[in-house]
Amino acid sequence: MVSSAAPPTERASERARARSRMSRQQQQQQRTPLKVTDAVVEIKSKFEAEYRRFALKRNGPGGFQEFYRLIQTVHCIPGIDVILGYADVHGDLLPINNDDNFHKAISSANPLLRIIITKKEGEPLVFGTNSLQRRKKGLGLTGLRPPGSGATHSKNKQSLMIGLPQDFRQISSIIDVDILPETHRRVRLHKHGIHKPLGFYIRDGVSMRVMPQGVEKVPGVFISRLVRGGLAECTGLLGVNDEILEVNGIDVAGKSLDQVTDMMVANSHNLIVTVKPANQRNNVMPRGGKATIGNSGSVGSAGSTSSAVSHDSPSPASQSNPITASNSIAEGDSDDEDDDDVDLILENDCLAPYDSHPVTNSNNANLNRDSPGSMVARPLPQSISLPNSIGASVMMLNHNGNPTHAASSSQESMREDGNIITL
Amino acid sequence: MKRLRRHGQESQRERIKQELFQFNKAMEHGFPHQPSALGYSASLQLLAIGTRSGAIKLYGAPGVEFMGLHEENAAVTQVHFLPHQAGLVTLLDDNSLHMWTLRAHKGQSELLEIGRFTLTGPPGASPSVTSVTAVLPHSSGELLLLGTEGGHVFIVEVPGFRELEERNISLDQVANSVPEDYIGRRNLEHVEALQENPVNPDQIVIGYGRGLMVIWDLEKLCATQHIPATQQLESVWWTDDGKYILSSHSDGSYCRWMVGGEDGNEEEEEEEKSDIPYGHFPCKAISKIVQLPTKEGPPFLLFSGGMPRASYGDRHCITVIHSKTHVALDFTSRIIDFFVIKDGPRSAGEPSALVVLVEEELVIIDLQTEGWPVIQTPYLVPLHSSAITCSHHVSAIPLKLWERVIAAGDLQNTHYSKKPWPITGGQNLASDPPQRDLLLTGHEDGTVRFWDASGVCLYPMYKLSTSAVFHTDTDPNDNMNQSTEGEWPPFRKVGCFDPYSDDPRLGIQKIHLCKYSGYLTVAGTAGQILVLELNDEAAEHTIEAKVVDLLQGQEGFRWKGHTRLDVREDPVLFPPGFQPLALVQCQPPAVVTALTLHSEWKLVAFGTSHGFAVYDYQQKNNILIKCTLNPSDQLAMEGPLSRVKSIKKSLRQSFRRIRRSRVSLRKHHVNNAAKLQDANARLEAELAEMELAPVQRKIEARSSDDSFTGLVRTLYFADTFLSDSSHNTPSLWAGTNGGCVFAYMLRLPSVEHRADEPITAQPAKEIQLMHRAPIVGIVVLDGHGAPLPEPLEVAHDLARSPDMHGSHHLLVISEEQFKVFTLPKVSAKMKLKLTAVDGSRVRRAGVAWFGSNRTEDYGESGLMVLTNQGDVHVVSLPGVKLQVHYNCIRREDVSGIASCVFTKHGQGFYLISPSEFERFSLSTRNLVEPHCLVEAPQYSAPSTQHRPHANKASSAQRNARHESEDAEVLQEIQKSLEADQMLFSENNVKSALA
Repeated sequence: MVSSAAPPTERASERARARSRMSRQQQQQQRTPLKVTDAVVEIKSKFEAEYRRFALKRNGPGGFQEFYRLIQTVHCIPGIDVILGYADVHGDLLPINNDDNFHKAISSANPLLRIIITKKEGEPLVFGTNSLQRRKKGLGLTGLRPPGSGATHSKNKQSLMIGLPQDFRQISSIIDVDILPETHRRVRLHKHGIHKPLGFYIRDGVSMRVMPQGVEKVPGVFISRLVRGGLAECTGLLGVNDEILEVNGIDVAGKSLDQVTDMMVANSHNLIVTVKPANQRNNVMPRGGKATIGNSGSVGSAGSTSSAVSHDSPSPASQSNPITASNSIAEGDSDDEDDDDVDLILENDCLAPYDSHPVTNSNNANLNRDSPGSMVARPLPQSISLPNSIGASVMMLNHNGNPTHAASSSQESMREDGNIITL
Repeated sequence: MKRLRRHGQESQRERIKQELFQFNKAMEHGFPHQPSALGYSASLQLLAIGTRSGAIKLYGAPGVEFMGLHEENAAVTQVHFLPHQAGLVTLLDDNSLHMWTLRAHKGQSELLEIGRFTLTGPPGASPSVTSVTAVLPHSSGELLLLGTEGGHVFIVEVPGFRELEERNISLDQVANSVPEDYIGRRNLEHVEALQENPVNPDQIVIGYGRGLMVIWDLEKLCATQHIPATQQLESVWWTDDGKYILSSHSDGSYCRWMVGGEDGNEEEEEEEKSDIPYGHFPCKAISKIVQLPTKEGPPFLLFSGGMPRASYGDRHCITVIHSKTHVALDFTSRIIDFFVIKDGPRSAGEPSALVVLVEEELVIIDLQTEGWPVIQTPYLVPLHSSAITCSHHVSAIPLKLWERVIAAGDLQNTHYSKKPWPITGGQNLASDPPQRDLLLTGHEDGTVRFWDASGVCLYPMYKLSTSAVFHTDTDPNDNMNQSTEGEWPPFRKVGCFDPYSDDPRLGIQKIHLCKYSGYLTVAGTAGQILVLELNDEAAEHTIEAKVVDLLQGQEGFRWKGHTRLDVREDPVLFPPGFQPLALVQCQPPAVVTALTLHSEWKLVAFGTSHGFAVYDYQQKNNILIKCTLNPSDQLAMEGPLSRVKSIKKSLRQSFRRIRRSRVSLRKHHVNNAAKLQDANARLEAELAEMELAPVQRKIEARSSDDSFTGLVRTLYFADTFLSDSSHNTPSLWAGTNGGCVFAYMLRLPSVEHRADEPITAQPAKEIQLMHRAPIVGIVVLDGHGAPLPEPLEVAHDLARSPDMHGSHHLLVISEEQFKVFTLPKVSAKMKLKLTAVDGSRVRRAGVAWFGSNRTEDYGESGLMVLTNQGDVHVVSLPGVKLQVHYNCIRREDVSGIASCVFTKHGQGFYLISPSEFERFSLSTRNLVEPHCLVEAPQYSAPSTQHRPHANKASSAQRNARHESEDAEVLQEIQKSLEADQMLFSENNVKSALA
């Protein structure tokens, strides 16, 4: 994902990066050559007020799980769920929660590796740049630091929130740069699996169009507001007063505000909006002849430690799933192949029988309730019909849950927001 | 090659589509919204109503209806039929006159506008000079006399609208001859009334606002008599014998004046009789007065208004005095106008019926039957006599049920007059409707009305009232209609418009009728569900309510809405008709949002915002209760504070009512300019407000935390393959607002044990639609892709039994897409996205059968869909492909869209106003619209003969003249009809030059 995000031309990539305000921090770190100093890493770990010091073989075979258990043993906290973090060379507090970032942490030890342990249910550990220095002051800004050199880093003291790696996924991309006019931008928002609100509002407005016979005023739809912390704001690709031209490839000209709203909500799981940005300074230049179709200038909160789950445009494999195949045959076209739009179906063998008699008003019906509590009590469904195409989504959901429970059934992970199914 | 073949298939499909689908707005049913003018042609026997929105509607015999719409969006203020012609003139409040004619075309009459005209005064004159206040079509049928605000009378030739300047009667001509001693001679004011002498068409009376009346001779072009009334004039009536003129005045008085001889000795004329009928205290104006002779005995005197201002100023009354009988008919809303129909050939006989147009209904009173009963109207029935809250259409009613409903309805209509409908113009050429269709409307007051919707006339058949089951806020003994003996004025309530509901909880929200068994279920605002059975005898029932707790122990709930209705514990006597069999009350008593009945299984399923349940009305117990509430949904939990709101609303309504009654009924022309300014200012303010706060819409994916996700939107019984593909079982399907479908398998005991063995329900499936849009409909399609038949349909040999061999499919209709799943293993097979593509959302959906208009035996099932944009679509089944779409309702007309119902044969109804249904059709084969013919009356009869006691000399003279001119006139009319456009433009040019 990271590599796919690297733009081919320098200029374009710089612009894209400047706009995206996405961190490439970890990318750079990955590129730093390993310093082979010692065979052993000194580790100083802190849990609440207790410190432990121990050493670890630098190129030992251990993975994250092993290390996690080691930490629990060392601190004598075997039953407690904790989150591990480490301080990297820049003084940033970064998480350790899988093999990749564990190895990264080990390799960056110079030679001391400072580990900070927090209880999961306690105050959440805030990862981010400068977080070790700033933690006491309390930071919670979600601003993203522009990428680039250390100079920009020192100039811009605004710290950067770094999510836990399981949250890492592509959330947005600029697509079709090569076929759109320079002044337009097509942005794909991947709402899928992200619990951030899309977070924007639209309004009616007047758009100026240059016509052969002069400038003409036509009604248009504009972004009126971005919600702080919402997906739209986080991507940095949409701004207030950007004019909305298309929604998932459909021209919105002549459509009412309510119609555009409904179209966007209907496509909210995979929203592609073509906008004419109010600020035309950050436009992506179209690439030359060597343009590849698909994602050009993909921007996301890419993390080096992210799992291999890819959420790029639908893979050919998923397109071959029987539903869409039959659908496209039936419709005689193949305009949309959104595999995200798959419903959750619980078949009868997973539903507890309804205790129907005697039926009274105070009937004990908790077998039938949808509350999360009763779901646990319910026998796990044997057949959850999930077509192949959302295999990826299920993986993602698993990944989305607590890593320690990653192996639990998909049923459980799907209950995340209190209802049976949230795909 | 492949493409070629495909192209061929497509064009074939296009052809089939043309044979199946066709969009027509066929006609309007009900009572026109905001009527503003009434006209009647005794010769054509046609009634015309103009509305504030510029519509003009003509009605004759039942089934004879015409409608026209003025291009200008201006109110129709006057409607006048032209004598001896199938034509009429309308006056709009933008001061334009319009000529309409009924022209025969292919054996049917059409209402066409053939000309328009606006009076133009001399340059520099104020607009009031030509602002028309009174219109008189002269009995010759050639002239139109236009009285204006400036006091002039313009004479215009019709139908071409040619101004006859030399014959105009200017104010100066009249004012010069006004007697010196007349108190108001300096300012006679506008022309309030114009009347022709019934026996001498050369004489007209001009009534001026100040009170003066002048009898003018059209031939001699001079005033022959002055009637010096001093009270502000309201109306003038010239009696049939031509001897008297009656004038009514703004102080509630009327006067009778003797008309002098032709020689015009002015001094003899005196006010013969003056009376303030409801006198002593100040009275309101008498806005119209009519006196009609009877062959033997005293005449009928009728007048509107004149009530004592302080005590009865808010009543809308017409007083009828005949001999010793004196009744003040007390109407339900403001009186627009009235007229009297006379018996006999040429309407020369006795007064037979009084026709009164009030703002909310048309009332016809039989003047020849003792007690003056009301004649039931076959059309123009006020659908909104209590506000319509829901409607339900049932096609192809079996004759047996039809007759029983009619019989029950007849027993309710005994108070109506036995006389036939007196307005009989035109011929209804429409063939008999192919089937019997019922439209059921639920009302705010807890009534359900049954309408015969088979043909052109939406005729009331039967009215069911559910309020008898409950204790309501008002005491039933407190009868508003009770009149106390010896009351003065002698009021009598007439009309059925009654928008004030005793208890808003009684409102009917959902209706389901099984046409085969006669079982009816209705559900209301306070969570009440009634199952009723048709009984031909009156019977006493004690209704026992079963309370269903839909929360099922859900914690943290606080219902803040209205309470349950109190059920009467004592036995209640129910008249023949639908009588309650079972009553279920939901707890919390939230409004019922989904309802269905399966008469074969004897089950009723209902849902609210909290959950759904199935009730067995044979064993009278609950089969299944399911709470669908999302625990975080506070809004659904608390319920609306509807009770408080409704009190506020009713207060507001009553204030409005009082205010409206105080506003003077007339004088619209005086303050037109002020009104316009006012409206403009308001509009500007509104626009400014809109610009200040732009409307924003939040773009957010739906989540399970949204409000009312648990609201049950649809319930559906189906006998299908739910668990395995070899055994079909009864099942219940429920769809929620949050895009979730629940399916339950029902186990029914065999028929012989149906009464004692319990029925069980077992959860079978749950489908959560990814896009979470509300589910509007669920349909199971059989092996042939046809929708499953209705319960008992097969048993009655009325439908082919469904194909149980092929695999069934489940069609789930959400607001955003149509999705077909396989059964019994639910997996998505096909879908059609609507919202994602064009931004419209499904509001209503219904399965219908479309027959081809080319081949009798070809037809298809299709899904009729109405979107929030007001478009209707037909979606094919089972392929879910868009077939056709048409724009049907304005997208801003939210209540129209919400009120839409589809029939099973490709038609639909929606409310275009609180009182009118528009009927439309998407089918080429099923289209109900008026087909009628009106023939212009023979013009051989002189105009005077339709009033008796004609002045023989003059009439004979005119007879001769008319007869000779007859053919000529007809020709001329024909010519001008053809050349109306030209004439119209000529007129304009001429007017502009003038």
